[in-house]
Amino acid sequence: MRELVWKIGGEQGTGLDSTSDVFATVCNRLGYYIYAYKTFSSRIKGGHTNFTVRVSTRRVLATAEGVHVLVAMDQEAIDRLAKELVPGGLLIADSNFQPKAPEGVQMVTVPMTEIARDLLNPVYRNIVAIGASAALLGLPLQAFKDYLAEKFAAKGEQVVQGNWTALERGYSYALEQAADKAFQLDPGDGQRRLIMTGNDAIALGAVAAGCRLVVAYPITPASEILETCARILPKFGGAAVQVEDELAAVATCIGAGFAGARAMTATAGPGISLMQENIGLASMAEIPVVIVDVQRGGPSTGMPTKHEQSDLLALAYGGHGEGPRIVLAPGTAEQAFYDTVLAFNLADNYHCPVIIASDLGLGLWQQTVDNLDFDQVVIDRGPLVDPKELEAMGRDVFQRYAFTESGVSPRSLPGMKYGQYLATGVEHATDGKVKEDPVNRTRMMQKRLKKIKKLEIGGQPVPGILYEGPERPEILLISYGSTFGVVAEAAELLREQGHRVATLQVRVIRPLPVEELRAAIAAAEKTFVVENNATGQLAFIMRAEGVEHPVESILKYDGTLFRPNEVVAAVLESYKGVPA
Amino acid sequence: MATLAEFKTAEKSWWCPGCGDFGVLAALQKALVELGIEPENVVIVAGIGCSGRIGNYIYSYNFHTTHGRTMPVALGVKLANRNLTVIAAGGDGDGYAIGMGHFLHAIRRNPDITYIVMDNHIYGLTKGQTSPTSDPGFKTKTTPEGNLERPVRPLQLAIAAGATFVAQGFSSNQKQLVRIFKEAIAHKGFALVNTISPCVTFNRVNTYDFYREVLVDLDNDPNYDPTDRVAAMQKLMETDELVTGIIYREPESIPFEEKLPGFRPEPIVNQDWNLPREEFERLLEAYR
Repeated sequence: MRELVWKIGGEQGTGLDSTSDVFATVCNRLGYYIYAYKTFSSRIKGGHTNFTVRVSTRRVLATAEGVHVLVAMDQEAIDRLAKELVPGGLLIADSNFQPKAPEGVQMVTVPMTEIARDLLNPVYRNIVAIGASAALLGLPLQAFKDYLAEKFAAKGEQVVQGNWTALERGYSYALEQAADKAFQLDPGDGQRRLIMTGNDAIALGAVAAGCRLVVAYPITPASEILETCARILPKFGGAAVQVEDELAAVATCIGAGFAGARAMTATAGPGISLMQENIGLASMAEIPVVIVDVQRGGPSTGMPTKHEQSDLLALAYGGHGEGPRIVLAPGTAEQAFYDTVLAFNLADNYHCPVIIASDLGLGLWQQTVDNLDFDQVVIDRGPLVDPKELEAMGRDVFQRYAFTESGVSPRSLPGMKYGQYLATGVEHATDGKVKEDPVNRTRMMQKRLKKIKKLEIGGQPVPGILYEGPERPEILLISYGSTFGVVAEAAELLREQGHRVATLQVRVIRPLPVEELRAAIAAAEKTFVVENNATGQLAFIMRAEGVEHPVESILKYDGTLFRPNEVVAAVLESYKGVPA
Repeated sequence: MATLAEFKTAEKSWWCPGCGDFGVLAALQKALVELGIEPENVVIVAGIGCSGRIGNYIYSYNFHTTHGRTMPVALGVKLANRNLTVIAAGGDGDGYAIGMGHFLHAIRRNPDITYIVMDNHIYGLTKGQTSPTSDPGFKTKTTPEGNLERPVRPLQLAIAAGATFVAQGFSSNQKQLVRIFKEAIAHKGFALVNTISPCVTFNRVNTYDFYREVLVDLDNDPNYDPTDRVAAMQKLMETDELVTGIIYREPESIPFEEKLPGFRPEPIVNQDWNLPREEFERLLEAYR
């Protein structure tokens, strides 16, 4: 088989997250493509949680349609999840809770708790489950043994041996019972690719881009970015600082940007609401800053642990007044890495806030990444004034906000002699001093807004869309953020049904690539915009920005990501009565 | 070394004649000159309000921020370039009302920043509303029957929050104010200088004459020990904060940026940000 789906469910706080992590990492090492996600809630212990790992011989970036092997650590997991099993799917349950399987479900009971008790360590229960799973999915046990040996090397021979025994006993127990029913996954290609989340990729991208200051306030689902940076940045002379709130987080980054450092903050919806005033300050005072929004269910506290893409309007146009800001929308971990590098280069070249619109699905779910190419990382500081030229100018000559053709004016940094200026959120003259007369106001507004009409780095335009498929498609599916993976898979399924399908990922939300969108939609017979929100925010922005062609929205806002078949069904529904 | 003239700008002041902020500006410029700091190495981070204009009149790098956010912005500047002299400046509304949260957390964090609060017990720029330091019963446009709330006691709050340098100056006592500013800037860590800066337009109660009469000058007390936290608190309670001088100082203060693990003495802005290829590959290894 080319693909299998494994799922484990049980009580929150019982180590299922690291169990899933072990399973996903080993499968990734075997050379499979992984997409791993979980269902969780805002509590630490107790409550149901489950983890799903899609293991495939080709790239997959979407929620699975069905489960081949389900591991249940309690009856609730069976009651909730058994319905997801595909025909022929297998349920592995711990025998200690006397599991009852629904009719027609093939169950393999394994004495996980008992074996763990035998080995004098209750955590081995989860390792027994992995061993049993490996057996029923046709995965080589040795790969798991190697990984656990590496993982627990520091804890000593005894711990490694204990894990091995737990693994082996789970494996042989399951085989004895159900060898005839086991699945056989096609072998992986053995390539040791990367496995990471969007949050990981953003943290790595920031460090690679020269960001040495990450300042944030903890919030689900963005906290991992601050946590990862707290681990990494001190090694490179930088710092990650947890401050008192999101107001302080973004303001600290803006202060650092003013002084010439590359700084980043990461937050989710409620934090973005709090940051809006200072994002306006960075727009007005023309200060580079990078802000990550890992979107979750809103409004208000909304659904902190659930996926949504409903901050788009707030990211593109939020806050009072009208100022420039750039909004990038990565859809994969790989794109998130390069977009983060790009975000810092754009901020330094356009002197304005750059927002990375991530979402919970992208931020938290693990996926296989082929590689991150170091050679593509280039630090471009944009127009900085030469300190020697400044000194030659003498005092009060340099104009930080000089009117230029592009709207971008050369920047001085504190410490540069005769580069002194006033950065302010108040409307100002070219030297930064307050000036509110109508002529100056109009020119300054135009100067700031025209900066971001077209984005370029190093003379190369920044691509606003990613288009795949035939030039004149019957169906065009538009996505952004993590819906990218779902839409790619839905397109594949529709093609299998004989439809001519193209996909378009919007990579930059602001400035919106209006011309590219117009051309692509005009060439398609029917266009769908696939979004995880209730009001079709991207479709709204497209219309507002002048993409006048009719599109249909496919929306989902129940806190979960689309499954590819849901997108397919919505597309076909719209064709009802019309022969394909 | 820079002269006083070099710290001045050509811009005509916008403050009312007689405003206490003139004295603060003059003392700050003098302190910077006497400390031998070059204008390009000074960053003034100012808040919103009359006092927030101070940056317009000093020839330094100036950042006029959003209301109440001087503390985090100043922290960012200092972390980006720890060689700079970073001075935050604002009013009592900016610091103790809308910015109160940041004020206390900046104190806890103790970055090497000087914070000058120009305290006039009134909102001046919005033309006469009550402030968090207004006296009870004080009549303003928003409290026509008199202020119902107790005033914030910023100096006691600062000490309770663990401040390593707490002082109070009076804008018309230039000699003392210059000395306080110099010591505050030289202090390694967060230095609060609450500066009584009377508003001659909207506050007819807390006037220069009023303060001249009631202020206790610690410089006249040879027995006062500013390193004694308990004595400092006691003095502030006894005088109801109507006291000037250096109230508390922790000689062994270590600033935040020196405590950060791995944070280099070389400012971030001067470092080479390009990762060596092998370091990048090592980072990726954790994800294989």
